[in-house]
Amino acid sequence: MSPAAYVFLSVILFAIGGVGVLVRRNAIVIFMCVELMLNACNLAFVAFARLHGNLDGQVVAFFVMVVAAAEVVVGLAILMALYRARKSASVDDANLLKY
Amino acid sequence: MTHLLLAANNGTNLDPIYSKALFWILAILSVGAAITMIFMRQAVHCALMLAVVMLSLAVLYAMQGAPFLAFVQIIVYTGAVLMLFLFVVMLIGVTSSDSLVETIRGQRLWAGLGGLGFLILLIVGIGHAAIGSAAPQTAANGVDNLTGLAKLIFTTYVFPFEATSALLITAALGAMVLAHRERTEPKPTQRELSRRRVASGHVAPEPPPGVYALHDAVDMPALLPDGSTTARSISKAVTQRDVDLGRDPQPDVTADLETEDRTEEERQIEAAARGRDEQA
Repeated sequence: MSPAAYVFLSVILFAIGGVGVLVRRNAIVIFMCVELMLNACNLAFVAFARLHGNLDGQVVAFFVMVVAAAEVVVGLAILMALYRARKSASVDDANLLKY
Repeated sequence: MTHLLLAANNGTNLDPIYSKALFWILAILSVGAAITMIFMRQAVHCALMLAVVMLSLAVLYAMQGAPFLAFVQIIVYTGAVLMLFLFVVMLIGVTSSDSLVETIRGQRLWAGLGGLGFLILLIVGIGHAAIGSAAPQTAANGVDNLTGLAKLIFTTYVFPFEATSALLITAALGAMVLAHRERTEPKPTQRELSRRRVASGHVAPEPPPGVYALHDAVDMPALLPDGSTTARSISKAVTQRDVDLGRDPQPDVTADLETEDRTEEERQIEAAARGRDEQA
């Protein structure tokens, strides 16, 4: 398959992840959707690496994976702290800054 | 997988027919799983769907001559990140599934429309970009994929690489600080715990679920010595699951009609036994 097909697949996955972030209100599921978007970006990076015949895209995808791992660790820790304070994982309940 | 690796080593991909078929299978699988993921109400099901997407992406990486990334994807994402998600879901999320009430009116509709518009925008943009076919692999690849990547990471990208190590340490520290709970009151001693237990009226451990004569299931309340059932033997997560599935949670009634009949039989047998005892 040409790299374009992979890029299109990555675009579709990215859009699905974006819709998930907007629609869902369970913070854990929102996080999963963000992970889906990061994965979609990685797919595009790998496809572009193949398109250009070099490895820079793969290195960038590797760094994205590292950053995603760090982000998940901190994000889930924040979630745990939030759950302890609010007894809920719903993003609607974290509204102290609202008024 | 060795086939994929060899193909990647040659700088080419699989047989065009195979690669096309595999791409379409994986594309449909991953998009289907991703769409299912946004519609699943339970966080655990979402995590499983995400695992499907990640595994298919790993195979797609391998197909594109990135075997190292494919394995890192499986080990780091499916192995570590997803397990972390599942841990947190088990810690906090199992009883809390998404509510279906919209707090912002029309949120789902507008989010869907926005996503669709974004998708069309990107597809049209990329469609115009005229992406050509894959270039032949250059000398950057070195002997094989892994050697080439290592050369790049430790020469051109060595500073970003060092920065990620700092980032990882910071993230680990941050997670420890955020997840740490300060103990504001002294830890209860064993004496206090046993006092509390006696004062609560339930000195013995909680009864385990399952009416063992008839059932062996976690959603069956335990039968107390006086013949009644107790809701305290059932995990709250099980009751919550019944509510989520739209079933009636049944803390103190035995489950279905058939069971009802069987308990009736049991009762008759018991009564007969009691009669015999009294006669004797």
